[in-house]
Amino acid sequence: MSDIAERVKKIVVEHLGVEAAQVKEDAKFIDDLGADSLDTVELVMAFEEEFGIEIPDDAAEKIQTVGDAIGFIKSNAKS
Amino acid sequence: MFDLSGKAALVTGASGGIGGAIARALHKQGATVTLSGTRADALEKLKGELGERAHVIAARMDDAADIDRLLKDAEAAMGKVDILVNNAGITRDNISMRMKDEEWEKVLQVNLTGTFRLTRAAMRGMMRRRFGRVINITSIVGVTGNPGQANYAAAKAGLIGMSKSLAQELASRAITVNCVAPGIIATPMTDVLTDEQKTGILGRVPAGRLGTPDEIAAGVVYLASDEAAYVTGQTLHINGGMAMI
Repeated sequence: MSDIAERVKKIVVEHLGVEAAQVKEDAKFIDDLGADSLDTVELVMAFEEEFGIEIPDDAAEKIQTVGDAIGFIKSNAKS
Repeated sequence: MFDLSGKAALVTGASGGIGGAIARALHKQGATVTLSGTRADALEKLKGELGERAHVIAARMDDAADIDRLLKDAEAAMGKVDILVNNAGITRDNISMRMKDEEWEKVLQVNLTGTFRLTRAAMRGMMRRRFGRVINITSIVGVTGNPGQANYAAAKAGLIGMSKSLAQELASRAITVNCVAPGIIATPMTDVLTDEQKTGILGRVPAGRLGTPDEIAAGVVYLASDEAAYVTGQTLHINGGMAMI
């Protein structure tokens, strides 16, 4: 399952153009990684594509850190 | 200039005079078009006239589920939606003292809420592809007001404010959102006016004539083009000088 964490971090690094070392599980997308609100929408879209899942809006709003994303995907991803 | 080859456009209200002209013009510039509206027979007729690169998807703009289905089906038919022309609109004219809640609500629902819903649905793909053109057909009365049209003027003014907000949200993703505001255009709707009414209207139009649907469509083609990439949040008034804003 750590594979999921690696894939999530890779997406974050690619999308936000940050260093991999910055992408810790407690890093907040907006406060720590310089994302704007549109970036967070795009990250959610990228996670949906990568993992073949649907992340409803109310769940997406709760995903504020890298760890939140990994946690949600671990409990909802099929693969 | 204004080559739209390879672009996919969805036009609502394409069974009407202005919507039909917009669809024809986008198609002529090379775009694939999906024609939407409530009158399937009129849409099919236009599709037959256009030939290739044309699809028909009937939908109601007062039905949230229908709007989501329209966007999904348009993306399925064309592979994507690059250009969204929100042209569908209705009127329920009445002086305000006599205007019923349902007349107010229906016009806001179709002209403003429906447009927002369809645009929101289209944004996802546009953001992903880093390209989008949203063109909302508003009206001169959204800026000047018009007695008997408090509902319609409110909805059309609402479109302008909405477009400016969306333009700011989406500009960094190379998606532009603009409005075209027609003045008085010769369509089946204005054919019913008497000569006396027409003379009265034309007295307020410096150009001295009604506009044509093609003149509105030309503005839409421009805003849809790659050349207009730096134009966003604007309202293009096409009205023969009737109002200069």
